[in-house]
Amino acid sequence: MGVGIEVTELDAWYGTHQTLFKINLNVPANQATALIGPSGCGKSTFVRCLNRMHETAAAGRVAGTVRIGNLDIYRDAAPVEIRRRVGMVFQRPNPFPTMSIYDNVASGLKLNGFRNRRMLDEIVEKSLRHAALWDEVKDDLRKKSGASLSGGQQQRLCIARALAVDPEVLLMDEPASALDPVSTAKIEDLIFELKSQYTIVIVTHNMQQAARVAERTGFFLSGKLVEIDATHKIFTNPGDKRTEDYITGRFG
Amino acid sequence: MAEQVAISPYAGSNGNRMRRAVANHMATALAIISTLLVVAPLVAIFVYLIYKGASSLNFAFFTQIPKPVGEVGGGMANAIYGSAILLGIGSLVGVPVGIASGIFLAEFGRGGRFANLVRFTADVLNGVPSIVMGISVYSLIVLPQKHFSALSGGVALGIMMIPTITRTTEEMLLMVPNSVREAALGLGVPNWRSVLSITLKTASPGVITGCMLAFARVAGETAPLLFTAFGNNFWSSNLTQPIAALPLQIYVYAISPYDDWHRLAWAGSLVLIVLIVVAVALVRFVTSRGILKGAN
Repeated sequence: MGVGIEVTELDAWYGTHQTLFKINLNVPANQATALIGPSGCGKSTFVRCLNRMHETAAAGRVAGTVRIGNLDIYRDAAPVEIRRRVGMVFQRPNPFPTMSIYDNVASGLKLNGFRNRRMLDEIVEKSLRHAALWDEVKDDLRKKSGASLSGGQQQRLCIARALAVDPEVLLMDEPASALDPVSTAKIEDLIFELKSQYTIVIVTHNMQQAARVAERTGFFLSGKLVEIDATHKIFTNPGDKRTEDYITGRFG
Repeated sequence: MAEQVAISPYAGSNGNRMRRAVANHMATALAIISTLLVVAPLVAIFVYLIYKGASSLNFAFFTQIPKPVGEVGGGMANAIYGSAILLGIGSLVGVPVGIASGIFLAEFGRGGRFANLVRFTADVLNGVPSIVMGISVYSLIVLPQKHFSALSGGVALGIMMIPTITRTTEEMLLMVPNSVREAALGLGVPNWRSVLSITLKTASPGVITGCMLAFARVAGETAPLLFTAFGNNFWSSNLTQPIAALPLQIYVYAISPYDDWHRLAWAGSLVLIVLIVVAVALVRFVTSRGILKGAN
């Protein structure tokens, strides 16, 4: 089951350059929340703060509080522990190039020392089914490399890989921006399916996509959260002039 | 229509088209000639070695140890065996240290002052003449032990392998896209695990090539062995005693005044080259099978 996310007074820096300013935001459990905004507005940095990936960047630094479920992730837990509970799907599909499809999906478990073959088989099948990829790859799970799949399949493979470690939250950083419309539609359907079991935060440049998949949408601008509200409200009657300008295409 | 064609910067008169065609053919020809210039010496050496050495190759060459001066026949079995031992020790020293320091440079110390120092040291070490390496190991290992040994020879070769392996490992790891590292970290995999099981594995074809380059380079080294392994006319597998090596034996035989020994030196050279080629090909074959082949 998904859990809610509670962000209070979150700041983030790259070295001395501050990219996020006092972000306050709640993400309800088992919903999709979309984050929109122009390039460089900090929305990617923001999601990377939710699984402590931001600090893996050179000179990445964070202040403030992020609670995921009951866990204060910057005070109560180690980064690796957080990342097992908060899965991430990246902008470009990034399957492990040397691994078979099966090993890609099993990698998160295997690399953390999980060895039970029968359970691995089960989890791999379940995750691939969940990611709507099972029927396309079930015959060459071990024969084909993850890198030999098409771009859209690779991205669904990456989603399956993230699901296999059984996270509570799924972060998606523009998961469809490198994909064609058909693959994009599949990913969006998938997000719709996955909401029942995971809390989803999706960064997107595509406003129609936000409108299609997300219950709530937040608008970022220059490192600040301008507003966050029900998606239909953001797109029909936004509270802030800057949001309206952005979604009507007057800037950005 | 004709006017439009004339306006386009890519369109031109027949003269222009001719010039481009000629330039194109000349560039292709130049590339082919350069390739031949690279391949020709290798082929020439190989053909000449076969011409000079093949006639002296026989069963005895691989099974017998050298005969005393004046007696005809004998072989280099002990030298082939000794070279294998020396290269084995060298690889045991050079490959782990080289790969580990390459990993440090690319993954942990990236951009740091200590990493720059290590990289600089590796580059200098790569340029140290092999005879100097021999003398250094001589004073570090042979003098305290008070005798020449296979061990010291192997260590000398191993140290010579380190810089090549370090630098290629670093280069190959840096070529692994950051997205692959992020994928592993994003799954909650600890960094050390991600480096060993994901990044290094992804870079492994290149890393293995680096190891093979280093191996092939030191396999023919004579100078570092002169003061360390020293050479041995008899069968020896004792690591603390002097041991024979193919390049050493070739060197001794080649500068000797005896025709019979000259022929053996040619045969030894041929065997050395063939062994290096076979070793490199074997490792490539073994490591290029399976799913790795479809990578990248």
